[in-house]
Amino acid sequence: MESLIGLLVGAPLLGAAVLLVGGRRLDRVGHWLASALAAVSFVLGAVLFAELLGRSTDDRTLHSHLFSWVPVEGFQADVAFQLDQLSMVFVLLITGVGTLIHLYSIGYMEHDERRRRFFGYLNLFLAAMLLLVLADNYLLLYVGWEGVGLASYLLIGFWQHKPTAAAAAKKAFLVNRVGDAGLAIAIFLMFTTFGSFAIAPVAEAAGEAGQGTLTAIGLMLLLAACGKSAQVPLQSWLGDAMEGPTPVSALIHAATMVTAGVYLITRSGALFNAAPDAQTVVVVVGAVTLLFGALVGCAKDDIKKALAGSTMSQIGYMILAAGLGPIGYAFAIMHLVTHGFFKAGLFLGAGSVMHGMNDEVDMRRYGGLRKYMPVTFVTFGLGYLAIIGFPYLSGFFSKDQIIEAAFAKGGTQGWILGAVTLLGAAITAYYMTRVMLMTFFGEKRWKPDAEGNMPHPHESPKTMTIPMVVLAFGSVFAGGLFKLNDSFVHWLEPVVSLEHGHSPVSAGTVTAATIVALVLGVGAAWLQYGRRPVPAEAPRGSLLTRAARRDLLQDDFNHVVLVRGGEHLTRSLVYLDGKVVDGAVNGVAAGFGGLSGRLRRLQNGFARSYAVSMFGGAAVLVAATLLMRAV
Amino acid sequence: MSTFPLLTTTAVVPAVGAIATAATPAAKRTAAKWLALLFSLATLVLAAVVLARFDPGGGRYQLTESHSWIADFGVRYELGVDGIGAVLIALTALLVPFVIGAGWHDAEPAEGAQETGRRWRPTQGFFALILAVEAMVVISFAATDVFLFYLFFEAMLIPMYFLIGGFGDRAHAAGEDEGAKQRSYAAVKFLLYNLAGGLLMLAALIGLYVVSADQLGEGTFSLQQLTQARADGELTMATNTERLLFLGFFVAFAIKAPLWPLHTWLPNAMGEATAPVAVLITAVVDKVGTFAMLRFCLGLFPGASEWATPVVLVLALVSILYGALLAVGQRDIKRLIAYASISHFGFIILGVFAMTSQGQGGATLYMVFHGISTAALMLVAGFLISRRGSRLIADYGGVQKVAPVLAGTFLVGGLATLSLPGLAPFVSEFLVLVGTFSRYPAAGIVATAGIILAALYVLLLYQRTMTGPLVKAEVKAIPDLKVRELAVVAPLIALLIVLGVYPKPLTSVVNPAVEHSLSDVQKNDPRPDHPVAEHGGASTDKTDHRGGEHE
Repeated sequence: MESLIGLLVGAPLLGAAVLLVGGRRLDRVGHWLASALAAVSFVLGAVLFAELLGRSTDDRTLHSHLFSWVPVEGFQADVAFQLDQLSMVFVLLITGVGTLIHLYSIGYMEHDERRRRFFGYLNLFLAAMLLLVLADNYLLLYVGWEGVGLASYLLIGFWQHKPTAAAAAKKAFLVNRVGDAGLAIAIFLMFTTFGSFAIAPVAEAAGEAGQGTLTAIGLMLLLAACGKSAQVPLQSWLGDAMEGPTPVSALIHAATMVTAGVYLITRSGALFNAAPDAQTVVVVVGAVTLLFGALVGCAKDDIKKALAGSTMSQIGYMILAAGLGPIGYAFAIMHLVTHGFFKAGLFLGAGSVMHGMNDEVDMRRYGGLRKYMPVTFVTFGLGYLAIIGFPYLSGFFSKDQIIEAAFAKGGTQGWILGAVTLLGAAITAYYMTRVMLMTFFGEKRWKPDAEGNMPHPHESPKTMTIPMVVLAFGSVFAGGLFKLNDSFVHWLEPVVSLEHGHSPVSAGTVTAATIVALVLGVGAAWLQYGRRPVPAEAPRGSLLTRAARRDLLQDDFNHVVLVRGGEHLTRSLVYLDGKVVDGAVNGVAAGFGGLSGRLRRLQNGFARSYAVSMFGGAAVLVAATLLMRAV
Repeated sequence: MSTFPLLTTTAVVPAVGAIATAATPAAKRTAAKWLALLFSLATLVLAAVVLARFDPGGGRYQLTESHSWIADFGVRYELGVDGIGAVLIALTALLVPFVIGAGWHDAEPAEGAQETGRRWRPTQGFFALILAVEAMVVISFAATDVFLFYLFFEAMLIPMYFLIGGFGDRAHAAGEDEGAKQRSYAAVKFLLYNLAGGLLMLAALIGLYVVSADQLGEGTFSLQQLTQARADGELTMATNTERLLFLGFFVAFAIKAPLWPLHTWLPNAMGEATAPVAVLITAVVDKVGTFAMLRFCLGLFPGASEWATPVVLVLALVSILYGALLAVGQRDIKRLIAYASISHFGFIILGVFAMTSQGQGGATLYMVFHGISTAALMLVAGFLISRRGSRLIADYGGVQKVAPVLAGTFLVGGLATLSLPGLAPFVSEFLVLVGTFSRYPAAGIVATAGIILAALYVLLLYQRTMTGPLVKAEVKAIPDLKVRELAVVAPLIALLIVLGVYPKPLTSVVNPAVEHSLSDVQKNDPRPDHPVAEHGGASTDKTDHRGGEHE
């Protein structure tokens, strides 16, 4: 049974290798091969899930040691997997949603001449993501971590001929590298502290280390999580990442890869539990990003960027929950899974809309689409209801739990966090209602595209709508299913050491407050976008709106400080290297042997001078030896 | 021990090849190329035998040969390899066939040369010189007599000088005459920098001889005798003497390596030389410098090495960041790769002087993996440049549209250069960083910033050359990789992947050598504060056990 774990990772890896090396011969079958291998992974995942279900709760961890990877004195890194309840949840999410999105892409990318390569990258992503969640040590996890970053880079920049796509891909990789450096340093610290960076032993020994070390490790892991999960201050890449094909946005930049930060923190729970200071920072980052993303989501007219803001915000919820410690981990993961369903569904819906609208992304150019794309409208609508937390849909259960846990943190902190999460819920309801109204309701505001073709919106082909329908089912029922007997939480309990906080507010009150927030948000959006016609050109907007449109000015800050500053720095260094460093070394050398003079005279006499030097050296040697003998 | 002189043979075969190639008649250019390739492949086979015959559980130096040479000065012809030397000989022998294959058309005689009746045979000369360099490099990695090492360390400058100065990119941005001038300048600069280092080393060498003659009664250059005498206390040096001698050696190696601020010859040399020669410089010849630091500086002058460590570490860190920042600022593809190499040499030197198992093991692997990854990147860059006739990044854009395979291999080479996990350089870079961090946390963190900058210069290069719309007519005409070119690049890429996933064959050879090196400087690895009990991470015995059982 253990050996299946290797196959689970190996199947999509094989697909990636075959598709990327195989060449044009595979153009006609590549997409089916890739989808089949994704499905194989899913089936293997299901088999393993059944296996784990059949075992007793304290015996649900499988290990698989493949080979010793980097054996150096004192340093052991193995290629070894560990499948436990937490990994299992991710495996099913990744392969399940992954397979659906492979299927969807067959239709979506039908007219792209580089479709084979696209599927190769998608398979590469699956393999890396599975490696990330199955690795039994942090170094192997790091391989998956940067592997998904690579896949993300390749897929964001898939339409490389567009300069914006190429720039967005590079930005995503770079910002993520900052986070990766954090993960690397965390691993260094684990190595110097514990002599190991294998996940289970480190977790066991976590309590013995000093407070300062643990806090440092925690903060470095958080830095890594911020990069991958687009949390403040490393969030700036996610909006730009929407340059990638929409299935990519759904799979990588909504459902799976961007949630890897939540996985990392939950996986390292033992370290964080022993480092309360680091946890506080985690919670703050989550809370800030939750509001940041929501505000950005309110201001964007680009449907994918609005959804990207939402993703940021929803992951903020998860990070916040994970920062709460044992009272939050399970709920973070539960929201992660339900979010995987409804956000992937929403993105696929957005892709379907774009598909029918000549790839237009500006919602001010949409309107009234519900009649033309009924399946898309219904599935998108269900995803919408789920994300705003409409009672008894998936998001309702999972978000509600996080809000409760936030209050349960206790003290002033608990009240602040509770209030932030409630405010976030209201804003979520607002911006999602805005997306819904601008896209599917109101008057048609369609415009011809750059080539002058008027859009003829139509429903998408079956390969696209079926995945949307399946995800819509998940959006509706997953939360309720998980909540049934608290089965989801109990499943994770052995890994995340569940605790129950003492909320100053009763569960009923929280639910009621959540619903009030929802109604307020929906109402406000309706007043602005439902009752009145939507202007086809964006109004100037308030200062906040304008700032939010520009991602709250973070890009501008980065541009001025990092990009411009960096350009000046490198330019001056290039100048200095040519003039000062080179000159100084030549000058010093000149003091010894007229080197610069010779340099200037170039090759004239070079051979002679070389011969003279060699001869001189040898002569000195001989003389010295003779002298020694004489003595 | 009258066994077969394997190491000598490994060096003699390319030397014979050089002579044979040079002697080929002017008209038989193709035959000369095949001859050179054949000899380089034969050398590769021999190097593989060296690696296979090397027993990681055996003595420190193996396959030893020892003959008296210049008895009056105690100079002996002594060869022998430890694990570090063995893998570097393997690297050299591995890369030269690729260098030859990639440079297949780099040295055709100028048109009309036949009519003028000149006897200059550039093709024969080019490949003969490459083989000559290979022979000398192999001896340098195998020499356990310091004088013998010095001789070849210096002698390889001569063929390198002609390779840099005599063969350049045919199309030069500044015009043919100006190109020849800049080439000449680069070659002379290369020669004089390295010569200056060589002279310092010569002085230190004489000093070493004097000291050994003084204390041991009879002067010797034998590394084994010298280190043994040092360990037994028979050979002691006054602190200042040791430091001066160390500096003489170190500066020579730091020029070769090259370490900031002695690096400025490298971008000139790599920029002006043809891509295969640039590979020869950075991937092979420069490795002699870092190798020699590990073998001679640490082995002969442990006290002074420790004394110099803080300064060396700082210079290495400066190299890492400075090289990377300058790479970001370059407008010339080959100079960009040169500065990236400077950054990478910083990592290697950092690993050597961190004086930990991971650091030095990582540094050794780094030498090998950097060689392979830079070869992949530089050779593809060379293919690209030869198509468009320009080294300037701004002259490209959108290449992936017309030449997807070229772009793809270039990206893989680039990803290896930025140490993407899964590819070989990641393993070595991580080891260097973790080994540095465990003794000098601050240095480890500063060096880690280098990985961010590496991503920047690699991806910027890729973005500017390969992506974007196809607007330039010259770029539209760029053909994709030819079979010969793909045959050069594909094995390198395959190696990067295989060694990234399974570096163990190399680590098992390198580990014991690193242990010896650390015992030279009497350093132990820092112990973890709270070692994990049952996991093998911190347990020395377990590592040994595991290392041994697979042999």
